[in-house]
Amino acid sequence: MPTVDLSQPLTGRVWKYGDDVNTDVIFPGKYTYTKQDPEEIAPHALEDLDPSFAGAVQPGDVVVGGSNWGCGSSREQAAGCLRHSGVSAVIAKSFSRIFYRNAINSGLLVIAMPEVVDLIESGQEITIDLTAGTVCSAGRSWPIPPKSDSLRSIVLAGGLIPATKARLEAGQ
Amino acid sequence: MTFVQKALARAAGVESAEVGQILDVRPNIALSHDNTAPIRKIWQRLGQDRVAIPERMAFTMDHAVPAPTPRHAQNHQEARDFAAEQGVSNVFEVGRGICHQVLSEEALVLPGQVILGSDSHTPHFGWMGAFGAGVGRSEMAVIWATGEMWLRVPESMKVTITGELQPWVTSKDLALHLIGRLGADGGLYRSVEFHGDGLEQMSIESRMALTNMMAEFGAKNSYSPADEKVVEWLTPRLAARKDISETEAREEIRDSILAPDEDADYVEEVLINASEVGQQVACPHTVDRTADVGELSTIKVDQAFLGTCTNGRIEDLREASRVLKGKKIAKGTRLLVIPASSEVMNQALSEGLIQDFTEAGAMIGVPGCGPCMGNHSGVLAPGETCISSANRNFKGRMGTPEADIYLASPAVVAASSVLGRVAAPQEVVS
Ligand code: SF4
Repeated sequence: MPTVDLSQPLTGRVWKYGDDVNTDVIFPGKYTYTKQDPEEIAPHALEDLDPSFAGAVQPGDVVVGGSNWGCGSSREQAAGCLRHSGVSAVIAKSFSRIFYRNAINSGLLVIAMPEVVDLIESGQEITIDLTAGTVCSAGRSWPIPPKSDSLRSIVLAGGLIPATKARLEAGQ
Repeated sequence: MTFVQKALARAAGVESAEVGQILDVRPNIALSHDNTAPIRKIWQRLGQDRVAIPERMAFTMDHAVPAPTPRHAQNHQEARDFAAEQGVSNVFEVGRGICHQVLSEEALVLPGQVILGSDSHTPHFGWMGAFGAGVGRSEMAVIWATGEMWLRVPESMKVTITGELQPWVTSKDLALHLIGRLGADGGLYRSVEFHGDGLEQMSIESRMALTNMMAEFGAKNSYSPADEKVVEWLTPRLAARKDISETEAREEIRDSILAPDEDADYVEEVLINASEVGQQVACPHTVDRTADVGELSTIKVDQAFLGTCTNGRIEDLREASRVLKGKKIAKGTRLLVIPASSEVMNQALSEGLIQDFTEAGAMIGVPGCGPCMGNHSGVLAPGETCISSANRNFKGRMGTPEADIYLASPAVVAASSVLGRVAAPQEVVS
């Protein structure tokens, strides 16, 4: 399964959905105790929301959602299945807090941009450049709201586990 | 300071905390359940031999019990082995009950303390004036490894409940009313504090249902004051667990209490007059699509489900039995009752409630989550409709995206099973 290198600018297509998209439709509860590995979870991404998604998503694509994206369960596969299906980022008006944390900790970029979501359409091309700190689509460009250094370092390390492992090995 | 500022500051070992500050918090209890085995796999990637905090870890086996498949059984087995290997003694076996109920009954968490759980309904522990929040699996692995986790101190909102609930109206209706009024993200990222004389009158069980439901309001945690009712509920349980006198237990609980300051800052204040709240039902597929029970009387019900960490307690079973005793479940409808814990099951047996249910034609399940999240033991068929006392009615939640789930209080669930359609208890009992 493809994962993406966030240190490079990433271009892909937009997959846009609505408000209150919950973790059960992102990754069905019935699989939470039986499917854990990247190659097992990616094919079920958004299964109950958009059955066409998992088969057609390309590395670098971006999921765009409304408010309260990822509400519901604490299951981490909801973030992991998107990352392992190649999605580079989720941009939404707002996120449920556990999804937000799970995403950062899984190395999936999450960006809350409430004023931008309505200006982006499904299927549009979009570029995310973390180094420049911008999101560009349809000839427009918006700054990415800054994250604290610690959250940024977790995302860039590929998630909480690699980041903590490095910290433990460094004896910190 | 608000409750959450005080609780997180204490758990981080600092004097005070500002809203927005990131703190490294040391939880008193780190909860995991059937997901213990997968979390262990993540923890192993950190390269440690021993977890840092075996005495603060607690495992329950509750989400799929007794194990429906070899894979689920293996998860339980790995959790047992891991507990033995790492010296984790707070292990609650298959059949003991649902994590939030069991850890409450065991008085493993005390008022003012911090519990982090790899379960989204950990805000439940607000019922006793504790801080409870859900975290993900990787975070739980890191808590095991380091004993701490970063948390942002959230804004707080204050919900004041005045007045008395009408007959047959419960704290579940109050929670659905609040979520219906302000939306499923009405409490997003916030610490939701409950206050008021309406709350003081409520039983401990009712408060548990209320703070448990705040997960569906987007809340990071919830809070209800640790008053004398809370202290008295916990005292014999703590005394039994630690083998100390009730006087000592009571003192330990009282010493642990934290309460918000009178002049604490709230980003929003909401007033609810309990006497104006009616019987609420959440319609498919979101919890904030609420309606009055009377508007839904044409909705036919295939399955009624009474249980879960929201409404599977003794008070809930008593309410349901008041409706069901001496009645029969409607033809074409089935009723599944799953007590939230073995303690609830024993109490219900001794009060004769279980017999009331089985005589009405109900099935009784093993204490645990049952079909709440679509694992097993009462999942739905495509096209079916369930009325449930649970907290979540998302599409696919009970096993198939083609089923409809309505959420309601235990009495409404029971009445609906008797009439085979969504019904108010007053339609069944006079
Ligand atoms: S009863 Fe349902 S909501 Fe409660 S812990 Fe179990 S699965 Fe989660």
